[in-house]
Amino acid sequence: MLLNEPHPLEVKVLTRRYKYPQQDPIWLEQYVADEGYDAIRKALTMQPEEIIDEVKKSSLRGRGGAGFPTGLKWSFVDRKSPKPKYIVVNGDEGEPGTCKDRIIMGHEPHRLIEGCLVAGRAIGSNRGWVYIRGEYREYIDIMDRAIQEAYDKGYLGDNVLGSGWAFHLSTHTGAGSYECGEESALLESLEGKRGNPRLKPPFPATSGAFQAPTIVNNVETYSAVPEIILKGGEWFAGLGTPRNGGTRLVCLSGHLNRPGVYEVPLGMNMMTLINEVGGGVWKGRKLKAVIPGGSSSPILRADECDIPADYDSLAKAGSMLGSGATVVLDETADIVKVLARLMAFYAHESCGWCIPCREGTTWLKKIMARLDEGVGTKRDIDMVDQLAQGMMGRTFCALGDAAAMPAMSYVRKFREEFEAKIQSAQVFMPAPQTQPLVVL
Amino acid sequence: MTFSPELEAKFAKMIQNYPAGRQKGALIPMLLFAQDEVGSMTPELLEEVSKRLKVKRVEIEEVIGYYTMLTREPRGQHHVQICTNVSCMLTGGEELYQHACKKLGIGNKQKTADGQFSLEEVECLGACSWAPAMLIDYDFHFNVTPEKLDGLIESLKKTQ
Repeated sequence: MLLNEPHPLEVKVLTRRYKYPQQDPIWLEQYVADEGYDAIRKALTMQPEEIIDEVKKSSLRGRGGAGFPTGLKWSFVDRKSPKPKYIVVNGDEGEPGTCKDRIIMGHEPHRLIEGCLVAGRAIGSNRGWVYIRGEYREYIDIMDRAIQEAYDKGYLGDNVLGSGWAFHLSTHTGAGSYECGEESALLESLEGKRGNPRLKPPFPATSGAFQAPTIVNNVETYSAVPEIILKGGEWFAGLGTPRNGGTRLVCLSGHLNRPGVYEVPLGMNMMTLINEVGGGVWKGRKLKAVIPGGSSSPILRADECDIPADYDSLAKAGSMLGSGATVVLDETADIVKVLARLMAFYAHESCGWCIPCREGTTWLKKIMARLDEGVGTKRDIDMVDQLAQGMMGRTFCALGDAAAMPAMSYVRKFREEFEAKIQSAQVFMPAPQTQPLVVL
Repeated sequence: MTFSPELEAKFAKMIQNYPAGRQKGALIPMLLFAQDEVGSMTPELLEEVSKRLKVKRVEIEEVIGYYTMLTREPRGQHHVQICTNVSCMLTGGEELYQHACKKLGIGNKQKTADGQFSLEEVECLGACSWAPAMLIDYDFHFNVTPEKLDGLIESLKKTQ
């Protein structure tokens, strides 16, 4: 399987049952042997408000990217509504740099199931779906098997652990679309439609899947809940920094000696994360920059990275924690090329629903391709910045912002590299071949 | 049109996962799993899914046009997908893709003359910490080098 050898600075909460180098997923028997499903047993003795209060106390914030407080989100659901209430797990995981949810679905599927059960109990739900990207067929199969195990032993079904409460869960596969990671687009996809985002409000807590109140959270978010119920919200909050509770699965990738997915306390210094946990920049090279929270997060220069990796500290530094994906770029990395590749990605993945995103991402892609190929001009550099500013906050969903934020930050922080690429290309560019307008 | 007994059983169970009258929810999983068995979005497949889920053909066409994993063109017996997004790009994903093009003698979304392999350059596969990564059919391969790719292709050729 994929988890690395544990690092001494890791704090294992979500990955605590995993015994390196365990090959098989943790199936029901192993899960139950180590406090598995004790959290739902406890939650069944609690009032829904108590469960939500415990999650609020934990300072658990959404691990998908937005970082919204989870307990608060759950409290928005009107439990007295006559409509059914639904639980939806966002396991789409398409943000470049991000590969953490597969660790949970692939290694400890019952943790996610138990998190869904507790969430379902908290909002009075009887049904949930785990939305998994289509490429993750292996994890769909693992989740399906674990769900069947849970049904067979009475953890799921019409009478959960003899409580009289019914909760049903199933997987639902996507079929290749980054946009479906956006919660309202995901709900459209769950209903069998194109993954176009919905106008908000109403938010899913009011009108979500099949027009019923729904909470949508990331795989990692639900997976933290069993520990919060078992050990208390305050214990979980104490693992992180104020307002940034708990641990975080970070995906270290790029130019590192020891890339991998590690579980660390929220707020660990980013340089510690890179140099200690990730083993430092590879090939003895120097650090040039870090993408701290997935491809949509604004880039940080090396001299800006001596900060805690939590939601608030990164926001203060002009970036974001996002999905917790940390991509490291060494001194030889071509910043223009990286941005050109990212803009091609966002243009490809824009659903086309709104004009600022559809046209803006395509335009950015074309300009960046020019700059990367050395046939751009200094005016193109300014245009990237201006165009991204024009998109920011003006698109239907966050995909437009996700393209605009890196575009602005790369140009502003590494402008000299953009200019150098133009100049070096001009030096070596052959004189253009011209043809006479009239051949005599 | 009929599917294999295993797929029929999967579909029967799948339809029950959605609220009454909302069986259209099963559309995307049903299309993807059916495509894996049939090979592509054939007119017969669309007709069958349309009938089973009671959705209009145009609604299915909309979905097929949107999701990158659904295809009207039959792929090779083995579909090779190579990621060139940022983490893979930084660790050799683009070179790996170029190598695959040469090795197979085809370009993006093309198929070898014998129909054994098709190739696609794809966006993030969610395997960034083990980059560069690729999928052959649904099997992930991590930290792939050109030599490793050659070995995988050759071993698949031998199993034909």
